[in-house]
Amino acid sequence: MINVSKLKKGIVIDHITAGKGYKIFRQLNLDELDAVVVLMRNVDSAKKGKKDLIKIETDLQINFDVLALIDPGVTVTYVLDGEKVKKVKLTPPNEVIDILSCKNPRCITNQEHIEHVHFRLVNAEKKLYACEFCDAQTSL
Amino acid sequence: MESRHLLQPSDFSIAEINDMLRLAKRIIQNPIAYSEVCKGKVLASLFYEPSTRTKFSFDTAMLRLGGQVIGFSDPTTSSTAKGETVADSALTISKYADIIVVRHPKEGTARLMSKHAECPVINAGDGGHMHPTQTLTDLLTIVSYKPEIKDLTVGVCGDLKFGRTIHSLVTCLARFENIRFVFISPDELKMPVYVKDELNKMGVEYTETSSLDESIGSLDILYMSRVQRERFISEEDYLRLKDYFILTKEKMKHAKEDMIVMHPLPRVNEIATEVDSDPRAVYFHQVKYGMYVRMALIMTLLGIKDPLCE
Ligand SMILES: [Zn+2]
Repeated sequence: MINVSKLKKGIVIDHITAGKGYKIFRQLNLDELDAVVVLMRNVDSAKKGKKDLIKIETDLQINFDVLALIDPGVTVTYVLDGEKVKKVKLTPPNEVIDILSCKNPRCITNQEHIEHVHFRLVNAEKKLYACEFCDAQTSL
Repeated sequence: MESRHLLQPSDFSIAEINDMLRLAKRIIQNPIAYSEVCKGKVLASLFYEPSTRTKFSFDTAMLRLGGQVIGFSDPTTSSTAKGETVADSALTISKYADIIVVRHPKEGTARLMSKHAECPVINAGDGGHMHPTQTLTDLLTIVSYKPEIKDLTVGVCGDLKFGRTIHSLVTCLARFENIRFVFISPDELKMPVYVKDELNKMGVEYTETSSLDESIGSLDILYMSRVQRERFISEEDYLRLKDYFILTKEKMKHAKEDMIVMHPLPRVNEIATEVDSDPRAVYFHQVKYGMYVRMALIMTLLGIKDPLCE
């Protein structure tokens, strides 16, 4: 097991469903940070068998909508001076803008560039969102 | 002032729809009284894909209200050929037209135009997505033969899986009081779950069957639909299912005296021509109702008062 030093200040995204860590890493654009970022994959987990985990050594405005869309079961913990200071629980947002794109090839959004397309939550369990233009359902 | 649009049937409340249907019926009774209410108004009729039938219906509706029509029925001759976006077209055209009618092969185009236009926009069909004036036409047909849209058993027969206009008719009818449905189709073409979910949520009663013979006797309205070749991957499946339900004189014997048969037209062979002479067959009248309901719609969206109700 690789030893990753204990975090002094930053954010831990824990209990990520195994395999989804990289997607979260990408969608949160963590590769653009100058700070230390650790992505651990397939860590043994008592609860989930295997899980992914991300540590970010800086305070950062995380887009919780993105997280909730990809994997709403994650726990986000803020750490300051080596102490856990805040835990965030995620709920899928009722409306999403600028994160999703419509996967329906017959949708006008795939012919013409349209800014800020709204997607409304239609199925919280399956994290399905409907395009405001064509009503086709999509997820991240 | 924010413009009012018709992009999908749910843009109007049941009370508003009933008002519009009543207006359409008054126009039918006295068309002369309405022949100049839109004088000086211009309708832009933008058909990015050809649909002669629908375009004629809208254009005639505007002309019969005394208004004028501009537009195109062939996108290759329009500014889209020069690469203008639909969004820009909507804004520029609304600078000189009072109301826009749009048909486009891409889903959601009418909504996009409504966001940019400075006048009302009517969706005349956006791909397979919505075709709300077809639904209004169906509703006006119903109230022309039934006292009101209430306490009715509506049979819907044929391709229930892919027919989006059928889905929008069913979910719109479901908003009226005490409407029950009988969905008649082969297993492969059953009503999709999303429509049934919506009916369940609204507490609307429906049954599913594969027998038109057994269910026709209980119906007040029979809505026949087309089984379209392009929906099928294999020619075999299409040929097997296409003739699954054909309405014949023989089947009509089991139907109620006052049942009406509707069909969005054009038909392929779902209704045998021998049924056409049956007085309960109203599908050829639907075309006329389509024009009158569009007249009422144009007046409503332009905020024009009924000259007979002042
Ligand atoms: Zn879409």
